Amino acid sequence: MLLVVTLVTLSIFFLIPKMTGSDPAAMFVGKQADPAAIEAVRQKLGLDEPILVQFWHFVSGIFVGRDYTGGGDSIHCAAPCFGYSFRSEQDVWSMLVEAFPVTLSMVVGAAVLWLVLGVSTGVVSALKRGTIVDRVAMITALSGVSLPIFFTAMLAMLVFRTQLDWVDATYVPLSESFGGWFGGLLLPWVTLAFLYAAMYARLTRATMLEVLGEDYIRTARAKGLPESVVLGKHAMRSTMTPILTIFGMDLGALVGGAILTETAFSLHGLGALAIRGVNERDLPLILAVTLITAACVVIANLVVDLLYAVIDPRVRLA
Amino acid sequence: MTDKLTKTGAAVAEPVESGKNAPSDAFLDVRDLKIHFPTDDGLVKSVDGLSFQLEKGKTLGIVGESGSGKSVTSLGIMGLHTVGQYGRQKARISGEIWLNGRELLSADPDEVRKMRGQEMAMIFQDPLSAMHPYYTVGHQIVEAYRVHHPVDKKTARKRAVELLDRVGIPEPAKRFDNYPHEFSGGMRQRAMIAMALVNNPSLLIADEPTTALDVTVQAQILDLMRDLQKEFGSAVVIITHDLGVVAELADDILVMYGGRCVERGPAESVFYEPQHPYTWGLLGSMPRIDRDQTERLIPVKGNPPSLINIPSGCAFNPRCPYADVPKGGITRTQRPELAPAGDRHFSACHMPQEERTRIWTEEIAPKL
Amino acid sequence: MEPLLKVTGLKKHFPIKKGLLQRQTGAVKAVDGIDFEVLPGETLGVVGESGCGKSTMGRLITRLLEPTGGTVEFQGTDISHLGVGGMRPFRRDIQMIFQDPYGSLNPRHTVGTIVSAPFKLQGVEPEGGVKKEVQRLLGLVGLNPEHYNRYPHEFSGGQRQRIGIARALALKPKLVVADEPVSALDVSIQAQVVNLLDDLQQELGLTYVIIAHDLSVIRHVSDRIAVMYLGKIVELADRKSLYENPMHPYTRALMSAVPIPDPRRRGAKSDRILLTGDVPSPIAPPPGCRFNTRCWKATDVCRTDEPPLVELRPGQRVACHHPENAESLTIPAARQSVEITKAPEPLAKETASEKETPAAPQTPAEKETPAEPEASGPAAAEDDAPKA
Repeated sequence: MLLVVTLVTLSIFFLIPKMTGSDPAAMFVGKQADPAAIEAVRQKLGLDEPILVQFWHFVSGIFVGRDYTGGGDSIHCAAPCFGYSFRSEQDVWSMLVEAFPVTLSMVVGAAVLWLVLGVSTGVVSALKRGTIVDRVAMITALSGVSLPIFFTAMLAMLVFRTQLDWVDATYVPLSESFGGWFGGLLLPWVTLAFLYAAMYARLTRATMLEVLGEDYIRTARAKGLPESVVLGKHAMRSTMTPILTIFGMDLGALVGGAILTETAFSLHGLGALAIRGVNERDLPLILAVTLITAACVVIANLVVDLLYAVIDPRVRLA
Repeated sequence: MTDKLTKTGAAVAEPVESGKNAPSDAFLDVRDLKIHFPTDDGLVKSVDGLSFQLEKGKTLGIVGESGSGKSVTSLGIMGLHTVGQYGRQKARISGEIWLNGRELLSADPDEVRKMRGQEMAMIFQDPLSAMHPYYTVGHQIVEAYRVHHPVDKKTARKRAVELLDRVGIPEPAKRFDNYPHEFSGGMRQRAMIAMALVNNPSLLIADEPTTALDVTVQAQILDLMRDLQKEFGSAVVIITHDLGVVAELADDILVMYGGRCVERGPAESVFYEPQHPYTWGLLGSMPRIDRDQTERLIPVKGNPPSLINIPSGCAFNPRCPYADVPKGGITRTQRPELAPAGDRHFSACHMPQEERTRIWTEEIAPKL
Repeated sequence: MEPLLKVTGLKKHFPIKKGLLQRQTGAVKAVDGIDFEVLPGETLGVVGESGCGKSTMGRLITRLLEPTGGTVEFQGTDISHLGVGGMRPFRRDIQMIFQDPYGSLNPRHTVGTIVSAPFKLQGVEPEGGVKKEVQRLLGLVGLNPEHYNRYPHEFSGGQRQRIGIARALALKPKLVVADEPVSALDVSIQAQVVNLLDDLQQELGLTYVIIAHDLSVIRHVSDRIAVMYLGKIVELADRKSLYENPMHPYTRALMSAVPIPDPRRRGAKSDRILLTGDVPSPIAPPPGCRFNTRCWKATDVCRTDEPPLVELRPGQRVACHHPENAESLTIPAARQSVEITKAPEPLAKETASEKETPAAPQTPAEKETPAEPEASGPAAAEDDAPKA
């Protein structure tokens, strides 16, 4: 599955320049380059070879590294090699390595937050259905779902950073300082979590209400189980099943796709790299980010499927 | 089984006259039970004044159509209308339910919770949806046992396997680890019965226990229930719409209509000398497997009443062919109370008993 | 009499597909070779437990499904593989009533629209206009014709079933196939609908195929009855013979399993045959007679040879090697074919030579004796040491 997605993505990227007639070598060199320089680059990047050979070089480069030879000198790009950025001429892999922890920190932190917040709000809401608690929670959730993330991000920055000056503005790697890392990411976490917690709260509430109406919950009560066990064990297990499915997918998608949040908080993560790649028409960069994103989504799906089989014995047989 | 009917210790006795909170001698004594649900459309009076008694070792069959209040009654006895009603408007329950000398409606909810599954247990209609799909059958039985018995898992497992074996599940130790969906319908219902009996309850309530099953499997389950009752000696309330099932199992029959009891008495007299026009209607509506009947069925006209808007007077009056027999329109204004109509037999009908007996023997019985 | 509907070797296998390439790995043999005919004006009841294929059979003869094999002939025309266009003229003559009075009516359409839909589909303009005809139909099924403009949710379950019946009758069909027409209804309402079907048959000269799991209802409504088990008809007989003299062991077990609404006959419990085990999967039905895994009379021949459905008594066709109540057979050919059935002690080994040798006639009591300890009384599986 992972293989198929990767191949399809790659093929598209290799075909785009061919079909649009743009010349990657020209893009690499820049606007005012003379034809000789372009030709040299073309040779060095191997762009003069047939497309299938290029494709092979790229794929094998990821696993065993590759050498760029041409114009007398030779550069070795160690595995995993995603090539060099057209613009910064940096090794793309090292750019990814730099950006990935930022995105991961942001997404995982936010995920923990939204899962806890969203599910607990949803459960409380379901148990207090129709009361004022339920209404307030659901109206808040509705606003969370409907407000665009750049709006909540700006609002959060305005209030907490500019007005109250509670948190720092910049990202600090976890390895350097926990406090700095935590402070720098708090706002992105809260902002991202607000959106997702809202969705999860609504989903949890709906699922919980459905589960509470199930016959097996009545059976659990008829057995004389304390309500804490009925809810905490029997009802929660069923409620968490669809939540976990969606959680896995969201997590996977966000790793490569939290573009808005990263931009709003000027975090230099994968999303920011993607934007940069698109803006600067930096083909290797776009290709690498896309591949990583696709891989994350596919792996997340795989994990969810496996997890599902663990949770639901009926899936195991099928 | 039939000889039990002649024994003393009548399962149905006269409505208790004694005041509130007087402890009851009967094993299960339900007095003037009312269960009303407030909804946006109005107050749904699912059960509206129901009284009956039941002794240990006896089986009471509660018969009625959908919406008659029979299932609501069973959940009411189990105290399941008061737990888990999150955010909903609470059911309004009044009356008294005495089980083994304890009144349940005024008892501490946690005390009632501890009795649930321990002293009173329940079997539901659809065993597939009544079991948690994510836990093994064995786990669910063990859970039912351990909540009331502080034993280790091994002991509980042994007990569960023993019960699975007793209810006729082949290779019980192996099947213990199966999930509900790996069981057939009949096996699931057997497992449900094992789960209900694991704590040796003295009261067993079975709500349509065979309705979801095929007829050959139904026969197995009815047979099992009969044997188990003999063995465990518990009191059984069986709730069903199927007169065949009650005839098969029940010592006494209680017929419900519109949230009230319209007739109750020993099974034989309810079948052979029914005293309420609704019971006649049920008997006349029912095609019989045991007779080659070319006669038409005698259906009850109209539809069951809305529980929000129960007809005034006798709830059955709009559908009753004899509503005008009692003079002065009393059937439309005054609600009939249960009155003796034979040996331990009660009926709530305004018609004089002689008239009812005459109608039954001359007009109804010959056509059945 | 020329049959209205003639079904020969009818089969429906639903393929089971697995994997990425959706390769067929097996088939659910829902209906697996059945023959019967329906005579004009009669009611054929089809009875069986869940999964026996009776509903699939109903969908095949109304051609809501296309058969995998065999033929369905309606008034002499083979309709088994007709396309939508080819079926159009026959849709007028064959109508279906469904079980679920809630699910089979479109909630957004008025009763008038629902009942008049067949006219639009067939492009028929009834005499006196659509509205008048619909009101006549509503009156015919006992609904208030003024309720033309109401929606299904405003009606009770029984009334909704009447709407379904009115819709089925709109085009004056010859054959009405009813799949569990009353099983979703309360007892008192059930009787109303059963009587209505009865009246309509008398008035309109309808022919019914009524599919149901309830043996009491089937006994009440049917002239002839087909008993199905695992995709096959095991017995097909007129009502009286079937209920008074069932010949297939499954029929007998099925009938004895029905609880009789008579407390005085509770003692008669010992007559009951309790089948053990469950119905096998229709994906891999057992070889030979499909009932052999649960039958107390099964012998080796039952496990290898599939018994054909043969007429053992006038009007009573049975597919069994060892039929019940077989002593008084009147058809000589049947006597011949049933001799194999008299030879074996149930569960005894049987050889080919034994098959040829007529054994001494047995009384039914003797024949059943070996079966009783296992088959009746407490289910065999429940005989384990009782728990204190």
